[in-house]
Amino acid sequence: MEETHNNDALSNNKPSTEQDIADELELRSKKYLRGEAANLKGLKDKKLKSQLIAKEKLYGQSAKAAAQAEKWIMPSEGGYIEAEGIEKTYRIKQETIAKEVDISSSRNQYDITLPELGPYTIDFTSSGRYMAIGGRKGHLAIMDMMNLSLIRELQVRETVRDVVFLHNELFFAAAQRKYPYIYNRDGTELHCLKEHGSVLRLQFLENHFLLASTNKFGMLLYQDVTMGTIAGKYRTGLGRTNVMELNPYNGVVSLGHSAGTVTMWKPTSSSPLVKMLCHQGPVSALAFHSNGHLMATAGVDKKIKLWDLRKFEAFQTLPGHANTLEFSQKGLLACGNGSYIQVLRDVSGAQNYSRYMTHSMVKGYQIGKLAFRPYEDVLGIGHSMGLSSILIPGAGEPNFDSWVANPFETPKQRREKEIRSLLDKLPPETIMLDPSKIGTVKYSKTEKPTAQEIEAEMEAAVEAVKGKKLKKKTKGRSKAGKIMPKKQDAIANAKRPYLEQKIQEEKNLAKKKQKTNEGGELPKSLQRFVHKKPSS
Amino acid sequence: MKIKVISRSTEEFTRERSQDLQRVFRNYDPILRPQEKAVEYVRALNAVKLDKIFARPFIGAMDGHVDAISCMAKNPSQLKEVFSGSMDGDIRLWDIAARRTVCQFPGHQGAVRGLTASTDGRILVSCGTDSTVRLWNVPVASFGDSDGSIKTTIEPASVYVWKNAFCAVDHQWDGEHFATGGAQVDIWNHNRSQPVNSFVWGSDTVISVRFNPGEPNLLASSASDRSINLYDLRMDTPVRKMIMMTKTNSIAWNPMEPINFTVANEDGYCYSYDSRKLGEAKCVHKDHVSAVMDIDYSPTGREFVTGSYDRTVRIFPYNGGHSREIYHTKRMQRVFCVKFSGDGSYVISGSDDTNLRLWKAKASEQLGVVLPREKKKHDYHEAIKKRYRHLPEVNRIARHRHLPRPIYKASSLLRVIADAKKKKEERRKAHSAPGSVTTKPLRKRRIIREVE
Repeated sequence: MEETHNNDALSNNKPSTEQDIADELELRSKKYLRGEAANLKGLKDKKLKSQLIAKEKLYGQSAKAAAQAEKWIMPSEGGYIEAEGIEKTYRIKQETIAKEVDISSSRNQYDITLPELGPYTIDFTSSGRYMAIGGRKGHLAIMDMMNLSLIRELQVRETVRDVVFLHNELFFAAAQRKYPYIYNRDGTELHCLKEHGSVLRLQFLENHFLLASTNKFGMLLYQDVTMGTIAGKYRTGLGRTNVMELNPYNGVVSLGHSAGTVTMWKPTSSSPLVKMLCHQGPVSALAFHSNGHLMATAGVDKKIKLWDLRKFEAFQTLPGHANTLEFSQKGLLACGNGSYIQVLRDVSGAQNYSRYMTHSMVKGYQIGKLAFRPYEDVLGIGHSMGLSSILIPGAGEPNFDSWVANPFETPKQRREKEIRSLLDKLPPETIMLDPSKIGTVKYSKTEKPTAQEIEAEMEAAVEAVKGKKLKKKTKGRSKAGKIMPKKQDAIANAKRPYLEQKIQEEKNLAKKKQKTNEGGELPKSLQRFVHKKPSS
Repeated sequence: MKIKVISRSTEEFTRERSQDLQRVFRNYDPILRPQEKAVEYVRALNAVKLDKIFARPFIGAMDGHVDAISCMAKNPSQLKEVFSGSMDGDIRLWDIAARRTVCQFPGHQGAVRGLTASTDGRILVSCGTDSTVRLWNVPVASFGDSDGSIKTTIEPASVYVWKNAFCAVDHQWDGEHFATGGAQVDIWNHNRSQPVNSFVWGSDTVISVRFNPGEPNLLASSASDRSINLYDLRMDTPVRKMIMMTKTNSIAWNPMEPINFTVANEDGYCYSYDSRKLGEAKCVHKDHVSAVMDIDYSPTGREFVTGSYDRTVRIFPYNGGHSREIYHTKRMQRVFCVKFSGDGSYVISGSDDTNLRLWKAKASEQLGVVLPREKKKHDYHEAIKKRYRHLPEVNRIARHRHLPRPIYKASSLLRVIADAKKKKEERRKAHSAPGSVTTKPLRKRRIIREVE
């Protein structure tokens, strides 16, 4: 009795910090396990079982190693605001933040007033180092955001509706009055993409090297920027829209339509993957969380909705307008409306977004585009009077991966990365709602088609034959009397395989029945006719 | 109120001097790498395609013999030495690193039919149709004469004349006995001019003999009466005999699992047997379209190489039904002997066209020194190829091999024949009383009987 007590005491005496660290590591490693382990309970094959067990063990080890690396080796920590007492984080003004942070960070708060050529739209490279801006009246520029220098500025003298970077800062595309164009960093026009027509919004799929656009006629077009081939060109049939967003998790492009529907598209199918009614009234903005299962939509019906894409169900509806929505890397949601910005945050991790920060711009400014700068706590704002940038602590991922997106990339590294990403370029077929399906087994729906399904299939086959037009033949061979039996023959031929199958099945059934009956039950006088098994 | 934002100083994240290495930071978060499975799949696909591009298995031909090569032997103590004997009685020692003849062993009057070297590599034993067994002292390679301008000829250390022509010889592992096959199996000692023991079972010619690498006294032989025999040197009679439908040309023991051996059969199949249970083959390896002439195991015991009368060399996994690799060239004729190199990375084949050919065991392997980063890359490619090997596209590219037209035609013909047979059998079964017709599995079908 005493011994057990001692043991308990020992385990309790274990330093709590150590225990805490172990717990924390376990929690962290969950992310790297990418789902639960295979269930090996019912597996009978011992060899396979042991192989799978060994594999699962390896997965566990690597997840643990990754969690440890995350805990101990990561160079920077994320930003935060801690309110004390009755303070509210959303009352904190940018001026207050500027006083609290270091000088280099406070440089990220700025307003650039460009009243003539606005409203402006902006885009960041995936490393967050470079920013492209496009003014409605033809003003294009790229800036290096690390040392806040202008790299190149040009005036195209026509309407610019959208700008987007291609795979690195060397190329960007601008949607202009009639066509989108691709420019390089020096401002030289490289390509005019006439196929796209008059484009309203552009998106670039980095893994697939696809430039997606939606134009004035509600057409969705994908173009492979490496080869120049058109990967897909589809009429949405739901009218013109300038609400288009890319789901970074699976490469699916979503469009928000004026009827309140949101459609999700992949380049290999002419009909949308998903068509969901989100609002009663036009959809005004869309955004996707980078974990892939969270979507935010805003409608003209004064609602902002948050959707769980695993269930296609809204889990939260907030009141309010938004012209533009944007998720940050850490999952903050920025909504811009008029000259007012509010940032929402999921405080507890229980899918409950609440107000985190707010920012009001000068009255009369119209916010056109919000964009979080990757790997920084910065929110870029493109508006009718120029550009602004504010600090949102806790927005960005604090630690970058040099092989994924490196803000401190040298030209040599950039060249090498370009080659690597071209080698890993994904074919358009890999875009699907659940990208983890690749390499898994697809289960067939049912083993046997039901009688009704067979019937339907047969009818379809007959319809197909009936619909076929017979060739016009000369010398009276196309007379009605000749055509009629031909048609009937064709129909009979179409039906035949199904009927034969049916007969075969019936036969089999009868045989089975006979077999089961064979054992006895026959009257004695008939038993001598029963087929005897040869004795072996 | 506490506020902190991300702030990075350039000095902290870039190198100090231009001579330094670039600093690398890792973040393994899966969210930063979307669609990682698709990326991996594409990488696997590229890796298999690269394998196809780099598949250059043929290293070179070794020319020198003036008649067809009939037999080969590895020198167990020297990685780069291999002996070959030809149908005109010429025996040569080759340096496969330099791909040239080191020396010749003249003396045989007719064809050399068997070659083997003692485990220490000092003594070479040859036998032939001139009814002689010759023992030779193998010259020891030294650093001085590696330039190879002088071609030496070597006199036999001893010549034993016997009553019948010989077909095969094999040396015991770690012992001083060797066995010859001819009219019967004779066991010889290095120092005796007459066999110390003879085994006779039936009256037919013994085609091949092979000692067990694990148990030095165990011996397997095949004879032209289509039998496979097992002998134990400690007993004076053979142990076991099994008769198949076609004769066995060669036998190879699995060096890692020495209870198992694989036989190269005249019907184009290879059969793996457990020596304790000869009633059923463990595995039937089919792909050759003509008689398999010779077989040799890799030292790893995981695969073996076969040479066939259909002018191809194939590499099989030890437990797989089909070959993983086929090697052929336009100039290579009937292959009579094949050997895996001592390190398992090369394959040597000797054929009717008087040449020895050197092949890589893995067709797309990179030769020479592999740097650590290259090694890592190769390992990564291997891993992803293994992971996605069942996907149709990857599988198709990995499996595709170009076949010479006659072999392609022959294999499709064989397939048709096999299908027809199968269909016929099925019909026969369907139309006879249930249970009266039974099909034997292929593993048993070609075995006639087993005799104790």
